[in-house]
Amino acid sequence: MGIKTVAIYSDADVSALHVRMADEAVHVGPPASTKSYLNIPAIVSAIERTGAQAVHPGYGFLSENSEFVRSLNAIGCAFVGPGEAAIAAMGDKIRSKVIAEDAGVRVIPGWKGVVRDASHAVEIANSIGYPVMLKASAGGGGKGMRIAWNDRETRDAFRVSSSEALSSFGDDRMLVEKFVESPRHIEIQLLGDKHGNVVYLPERECSIQRRNQKVIEEAPSPHLLPATRAAMGAQAVALARSVGYYSAGTCEFLVDPRQNFYFLEMNTRLQVEHPVTETVSGLDLVEQMIRVAAGQRLAFSQSDVSQPRGWAFESRVYGEDPYNGLPCIGTLDRYVEPPAPARCDSGIVEGGEISVHYDPLICKLVTSGETREEALEGMVTALDAFVIKGVTHNIPLLREVFARPRFVSGSLSTAFLSEEFPSGFTGHILTPEERMDLIATAAVLYALRDTRKRVWVRGGGTLGEITPVSQWDVVIGVAGVDNEVRVEKRAASWSASWSVDGQTVGVEVEELEWVAETPVVRATIRAAANGPLRRVTFQYLGAEGLGYTMIYHGTKYAVLVLTPLQHRLLQYTLPKRGVDPTRVVLSPMPGVVVGVSVRAGDTVRVGDELAVVEAMKMQNVIRAERDGVVRSVRVAVGSIVAGDDVLVEYEHS
Amino acid sequence: MSACRIPAAAAAAAVSAKGARPQCCLFRLQRPTPSRITAVTTARRHATTTVSANSSQHQQQPPITPNTNMVQRIDAKRRAAKAGGGDKRIQMQHAKGKLTARERLDLLLDANSFREYDVFAEHVCTDFGMEKEQITGDGVVTGRGTINGRLVYVYSQDFTAHGGSLGARHAQKICKVLDQAILVGAPVIGLNDSGGARIQEGVASLAGYAEIFQRNVMASGVVPQISLIMGPSAGGAVYSPALTDAIFMVRDTSYLFVTGPEVVKAMTNEDVSQEELGGAAVHTMKSGVAHRAFDSDVAALAAARDFIDFLPLSNRHDVPVRTTQDPPTRADPALDVLVPTDSTRAYDIKHVITRIVDDREMFEISPDFAPNIVVALARMDGHTIGVVANQPLVSSGVLDINSSVKAARFVRFCDAFGIPIVTLVDVPGFMPGTAQEHEGIIRHGAKLLYAYAEATVPKITVITRKAYGGAYDVMSSKHLRGDCNYAWPTGEIAVMGAKGAVEIIFRKSLNKAQAEQEYISKFANPFPAAERGFLDDIITPSSTRARIIEDLRVLQFKQQVNPKKKHGNIPL
Repeated sequence: MGIKTVAIYSDADVSALHVRMADEAVHVGPPASTKSYLNIPAIVSAIERTGAQAVHPGYGFLSENSEFVRSLNAIGCAFVGPGEAAIAAMGDKIRSKVIAEDAGVRVIPGWKGVVRDASHAVEIANSIGYPVMLKASAGGGGKGMRIAWNDRETRDAFRVSSSEALSSFGDDRMLVEKFVESPRHIEIQLLGDKHGNVVYLPERECSIQRRNQKVIEEAPSPHLLPATRAAMGAQAVALARSVGYYSAGTCEFLVDPRQNFYFLEMNTRLQVEHPVTETVSGLDLVEQMIRVAAGQRLAFSQSDVSQPRGWAFESRVYGEDPYNGLPCIGTLDRYVEPPAPARCDSGIVEGGEISVHYDPLICKLVTSGETREEALEGMVTALDAFVIKGVTHNIPLLREVFARPRFVSGSLSTAFLSEEFPSGFTGHILTPEERMDLIATAAVLYALRDTRKRVWVRGGGTLGEITPVSQWDVVIGVAGVDNEVRVEKRAASWSASWSVDGQTVGVEVEELEWVAETPVVRATIRAAANGPLRRVTFQYLGAEGLGYTMIYHGTKYAVLVLTPLQHRLLQYTLPKRGVDPTRVVLSPMPGVVVGVSVRAGDTVRVGDELAVVEAMKMQNVIRAERDGVVRSVRVAVGSIVAGDDVLVEYEHS
Repeated sequence: MSACRIPAAAAAAAVSAKGARPQCCLFRLQRPTPSRITAVTTARRHATTTVSANSSQHQQQPPITPNTNMVQRIDAKRRAAKAGGGDKRIQMQHAKGKLTARERLDLLLDANSFREYDVFAEHVCTDFGMEKEQITGDGVVTGRGTINGRLVYVYSQDFTAHGGSLGARHAQKICKVLDQAILVGAPVIGLNDSGGARIQEGVASLAGYAEIFQRNVMASGVVPQISLIMGPSAGGAVYSPALTDAIFMVRDTSYLFVTGPEVVKAMTNEDVSQEELGGAAVHTMKSGVAHRAFDSDVAALAAARDFIDFLPLSNRHDVPVRTTQDPPTRADPALDVLVPTDSTRAYDIKHVITRIVDDREMFEISPDFAPNIVVALARMDGHTIGVVANQPLVSSGVLDINSSVKAARFVRFCDAFGIPIVTLVDVPGFMPGTAQEHEGIIRHGAKLLYAYAEATVPKITVITRKAYGGAYDVMSSKHLRGDCNYAWPTGEIAVMGAKGAVEIIFRKSLNKAQAEQEYISKFANPFPAAERGFLDDIITPSSTRARIIEDLRVLQFKQQVNPKKKHGNIPL
């Protein structure tokens, strides 16, 4: 658009991508967001210093802060977003519901007021019936939000959510409402100008959530009937009109299996998942926001944008342990985004850091296609080639969701993850064919590495000549099963064979693409005689100890790679004497201890709260996993702990 | 034939030069063929008897024709030697989680490359009924073989035979491979698993240890020597490994101590287990005696192969060069953001190392001892290099006694074997305090200074951030004959950090903050050093790999000779 940009940054983001891409960058304070990205005076002074004419607030921090808008108005700087009054009206979740009801929008039954305390929350919950949802009045993004199924959970949820709300938003007011079961989260993107025009764009479905935070979004929704889409769009537009809304905004709805929809809230800002809407609408939403802020009229009408064009998915790649959902931080030792046509919206480069200060979002990965299947296939390919090392991330979970038949069929709900993984996500389970792919490819990598090890350019001091080898015997162990594999090099391909239950299986590996010791390995594999040729992508994350770390179908495998002799002799190794993990309770992630609930000598039962560790503004309750007597508590409130630091030690039982 | 009086390895060379097949085994008397000559050495450098099936070709010596009985006797002896202490003891060895001497050699060496020496060796002890306790081979398997095609000499103590105890013959076998290794120039790998001195042999056993020590010292700096401790190693036995270049241990099954727990208990009344006294954890983390620890014999031996792959065969061989697909000019933009701008914040120097070297691969030495300095072998452009790097992640990368000693030994190792040294500097200085001063940081720190000053291999230094005070001088500075000295733009080369300096220079000044800023803009940057030529250039971090590789090419024929002397006097 030919607009010069000024980035603002905190100490933690000195070398961030946005700083390097902007024409100018201004430092606004220390890492803590309250002192930098939420520091209105510092930002205002940055505006004045650089002479910026408008501010785009992004989708966090001050994007829904009416006070910020007032401050900008005061210095004559445009806010790229809605008007102050609309933000204020919609920003308060209690008020926004009243306004929505008045505008004829369907809302969820609940308590339309501030909850006084935990007992009051229990009282309300009983009056509207369980399950109920407690959420922060000022909240968003799932923070300070919890579901309760009984009185005890309601009390717990009230306590934890309100303190989380206080630390995240500086406002601990809570509300309670009916929790709609088996709902889908579908939202309507709105775009309005300052001349009273408001249109709705094709919806986004954001049902794949964990802890009420969106993980995967798509547009359009595979669920909505055209009539529902039109009805939701019309109500959303009516609400926007009633508050004089302009710029981009989103009405969030819950939609039940019978196409009933309930208004949840309106986000008066650009959403994280806006790229999927851009993809199916052909509009650049940020550009539209800027045009609106400049007073321009929307250059299209409702009928131009009602129908989605193609399909798009977005995966939120988080610094997060996919197995327990806890946030993870660290330096991105390896970071290679998948190649186009995948779209990667990220603010990080290799060598950068995912810090404790901000949301651990690494990248928004967007793929699209004419059809849902095409977009989905693009996503799977992109996830397989996405290289991230140094920060634990959720690609294993994302990759698995896209492979689940229920997801492929489009049968979603906000409970998808907890229903598909009732005892938690535990990693991809390889099919027999996938296991064969992995075994054969690991064996071929072994042959390639072995060849390279025996070739010396100089200084070999070799006895005699090195005879070229074209056949190797190697034991490949995957998930506890060891296979003695014979690998043979052919003219342009490799063959690997081994025995499974007394039967010899053969795998052909063709068109292998691998630059020695780099992560991405691509190959065409035929895993059964006359079977189909499949193009697959693996990741090789290096040789450590007696094997390789490899990724296939998103999940990481420690692949044992041994010569037959090593394999035979390894049987004599005794198990190592280490620390008894059941005697100590470890911090699952780095963070700050904000609560300690036990003392030495206390008797604890399974499920009792031991301590609360806060990381990434999320409070994580650490509960006892077994009964016992506490021998010592190694931390105190305020202690900074690393992942795997001992929190509590049990007595010997 | 002249081969009679020269050592076996040289004899082998002579034989193969005459057109015999190179795999002709020195000690294996197989069914003779007319063209094959087999030499049997009964003792080191002593009488060598030549056996030939075709006497007409060898006029000088009377032929000995092996009869059937002889072949059977030889086979029987060979089988006895292979069996070591017998099945029962082998089972006991396995039950302890340990492998046998021969299994270990099979894992260490390339398939079919092992050529055994002295398989028929037997002790001559007759005291305490030892004449009845004869195990052919005398408790140690010795010979040579290859690792990825490259020659190495090996010995492997057999705990199943006399508990691997060291007697005169046992020691003699080890000495033979050490002598040959020095002669031909090839590494020696010792696999140690021994109950200690063979008491029945008395002083002969002690003599045996000393003979080995003497050879270890003679071999030091001539051929790489690696010791794998794969069982007990106590008393005199610890000093041979201690004299070698690297010690690897196996967790839970290997111990190194001068006096065992029983003696400790008797003398000092201290109750301590073998593991606590001298296990792998103690020696790799606390004492620094051992350099790496592994979970199994298999893993330790695999690592020994990887380690050997980095080393030249001897001080007269070039470093080995391996093919790589990692481009020599590869720029790594991540390096440009890796060093935090806040100079009090830490970062992992290992990330810098792996980004500069080939294939992100490095072989770290003593990773768990003095982790405030990292020393590792790696490759650049396929050539082996040694890396010494301060680790800001641990104690800000400060130089203390242990880190100085660890790095000094590594620098000397590299220098001895012609391995170029790349030094990455981010050091706030030497560790202050009574603990360090009283323990002798002065003389220990001087070791690192001495090692760098003495080294004549190519020395390339990159200052990534801090290079303060005496530690700047020590860390391969220009003044210690650094060949190429660079700083990244984040470099701060000064006598000390801003806070401390301001306290001294501006003691009476009221505006400390302003003074600090003045100091930072004047000194906390690479210019003062670059202006004086103490730095050759200030380089973009992302270009570091390309620049170092170019320099290594330039320096590959570097010649630098220290004044002639018997040896220097390093402050030990």
